[in-house]
Amino acid sequence: MQLWKKAAAAVIITGAATGTSNVWAQAPKTGDTVHVVVQPEPPSLMQGLNQNATTNMVAGNIYESLLRYDEKLNPQPSLAKSWEISSDAKTYTFKLQEGVTWHDGKPFSADDVVFSLDKFLREVHPRWRPIANNQIDKIEKVDDLTIRITLKQPFGPLMLALEPASAPIVPRHIYEGTDYRANPMNNTPIGTGPFKLKEWRKGSYIHLTKNENYWLKDKPILSEIYWHVIPDAAARAVAYETGKVDVLPGGSVDVYDVPRLSKLPNTCVTTKGWEMMAPIAWIAINHRNGILGNKQFRQGLMHAIDKEFGRDVIYGGLGKEPTGPIASKTKFYSEDVKKYDYDPAKATELIKASGYKGEPIKILGLPYGETWNRWAEAVKQNLADAGVNAELVNTDVAGWTQQTGNFDFDLSFNFVYQLGDPAIGVARSYVSSNIVKGNPFGNVGGYSNPEVDKLFAEAAVAPTEEKRQELYTKVQQILTDELPVLWLLELDFPTIYRCNVKNLVTTAIGLNDGFRDAWKE
Amino acid sequence: MNFLKRFIRNRGAVIGLVILLAVMIFAVIGPTLFPQSPWRMVGRPFTAPFTMDRFPLGTDMLGRDIAAGLVHGARVSLLIGVISTIVALLIGVPLGAVAGYAGGFFDDVLMRFTEFFQTIPSFALAIVLVAVLQPSLASIVIAIGVVSWPPVARLVRGEVLSLRSREYVQAAVTIGQSTPRIIFSQVLPNTIAPIIVMGSLMVASAILLESSLSFLGLGDPNLMSWGYMVGAGRTRLLDAWWISFFPGIAIFLTVLALNLTGEGLNDALNPRLARGRK
Repeated sequence: MQLWKKAAAAVIITGAATGTSNVWAQAPKTGDTVHVVVQPEPPSLMQGLNQNATTNMVAGNIYESLLRYDEKLNPQPSLAKSWEISSDAKTYTFKLQEGVTWHDGKPFSADDVVFSLDKFLREVHPRWRPIANNQIDKIEKVDDLTIRITLKQPFGPLMLALEPASAPIVPRHIYEGTDYRANPMNNTPIGTGPFKLKEWRKGSYIHLTKNENYWLKDKPILSEIYWHVIPDAAARAVAYETGKVDVLPGGSVDVYDVPRLSKLPNTCVTTKGWEMMAPIAWIAINHRNGILGNKQFRQGLMHAIDKEFGRDVIYGGLGKEPTGPIASKTKFYSEDVKKYDYDPAKATELIKASGYKGEPIKILGLPYGETWNRWAEAVKQNLADAGVNAELVNTDVAGWTQQTGNFDFDLSFNFVYQLGDPAIGVARSYVSSNIVKGNPFGNVGGYSNPEVDKLFAEAAVAPTEEKRQELYTKVQQILTDELPVLWLLELDFPTIYRCNVKNLVTTAIGLNDGFRDAWKE
Repeated sequence: MNFLKRFIRNRGAVIGLVILLAVMIFAVIGPTLFPQSPWRMVGRPFTAPFTMDRFPLGTDMLGRDIAAGLVHGARVSLLIGVISTIVALLIGVPLGAVAGYAGGFFDDVLMRFTEFFQTIPSFALAIVLVAVLQPSLASIVIAIGVVSWPPVARLVRGEVLSLRSREYVQAAVTIGQSTPRIIFSQVLPNTIAPIIVMGSLMVASAILLESSLSFLGLGDPNLMSWGYMVGAGRTRLLDAWWISFFPGIAIFLTVLALNLTGEGLNDALNPRLARGRK
């Protein structure tokens, strides 16, 4: 009893001590350097032209957009200081920050914003283009620090489409009148963000330094960031263990290394910072290929796959079982849908009843490392147990991109970002207008249902949140019944970092714009 | 009789042969011992070896039985080893025989062609071939065959060159036998001994090559092989050594056994050399 009391007292005292030290540590120390892993090496840092995951991760700290988003996806000021939405929800007026300059010293103004949104991104950006062409009537400058966007019809998702990867603001004085894609300045990006590109040694590292003239006076607090290119997953884990790097972004080490690394001293792990992406892993189905077009057969497949095993054994318990096309973390999710538990007996029955005659079904695995290989093997075995003659196909990233993008598959593993609003990140995988060859993230399976097309189109522009919810609930109910794809897991991507790196993940896109506020203790 | 006696005198060769026979027996009766697919998730993941009677060698990261994987993998490894060696012999022997017997211009052209293949690092070429053809049983066999025939061609050519000028071959020419008949009935039968020795060693290197390819993820994804098991387990080496260890031992023992047997065969089939050793 005595001992117990002593222990309790010790805990309280320690707690109090740490509490105090935290208070004292609140004044951030400037001038520090942070080392981060970046994998794979980005093909380019010009964010307007390239939206690869790692391009966004590095360039999101060089370029800025009008808005940032907190973890609940609420818009926060960035280059836009404040905004006003007219009562008919068709006119958006953005007031811009004062005293912003580009990294080359030239002043930033409303002209840059209008040029970026109306000309540059409309021409080159695959996600901004449909918004600009279908929803926006005009984008105009009101005065030097005010712009106005007028919509053709109310389009709520606009406020979620203004993050750095979706709508980065690029310098007009560099790009106007040039061939955007061939501009030599693409190699030396000029943004307004808290960090500037100092040096990029290909295959080794990307070195960013503090933007001394950043418009937020005492930001950034860090003075340098090194993004290290380390091609092997095990070597990345070792680089963290040996202290070479401070931050392992989500997805940069294999999931089974996460428990081991997170037990290291001075190590913190967070799964936050992916609210905007909210990736869902699924198996795309090629509806053109015989039996795969049969709904009963697909329902059989869904019952055959042990999704809980996938989450707990293969993906280290990092995530949540999805119920349908919209991730539970994002808006307009509905739980009121048909659910498919793991039930091999029922699966066998459904598959038999669908008229399946044992024709081989090819499973294309995702070539992103051991975790995905194991997943494909487990699913193959699940399907085999339900009487499906499944075969695995292995390939590399280029082969996967080509075969999935060109509809040359039966079943293909994939994971796709939700991007905050179903109109931006979800509809693209299910509407028939997006059955286009060449992109593995479109509607590759060729699923087509006019009612789904109509519901998605209406929901995107419905005037109120309630109306949108109603339409999206309906669409989720149809899709979970028809199963255009087989949803496996809402993936969590844990960011592993040294606990003395503070304020690292504060937004819905995490590291992609997080270094502005980060500092080192 | 003489041959057997000479073979038995080499103790290493006998041990090798015994191990090899054991592996072969496992490969043949394995599926009756473990009727379930080795890919099946049958138990708790990461069961350590020797802790559960049901899984004597433990389970891997998905709960698949490692013992079942080993036995089924023996089949795949031996099959690939033997078939790809046959493919290599089918390319190498005729090429070497023609080059050696015809001589002159033919010899030059065929040997330059062979050297061309010898200058490319064989493992790199195998990787490229498998990657281009997509990993499958057929593409792996073809790739291993294509990278391992040049030494066979050179060996056969050398043998044929020396046999070509023997009296019995000259005699066959004089009595008017056709060239193909001379090659098949007079020359090649006399090269069989070195080919058998080389072939047994080639099976060993083919098994190693297949394991290396599978280790790198270029194996047939639908076949359980030892190389695949080592490759899949390597990322978990720190916390679950047994996943890679047992298949690694299996590869080691089989390749060692093949090499010992090959050496024994060499001694037994090459009486002159064996006599020299006495």
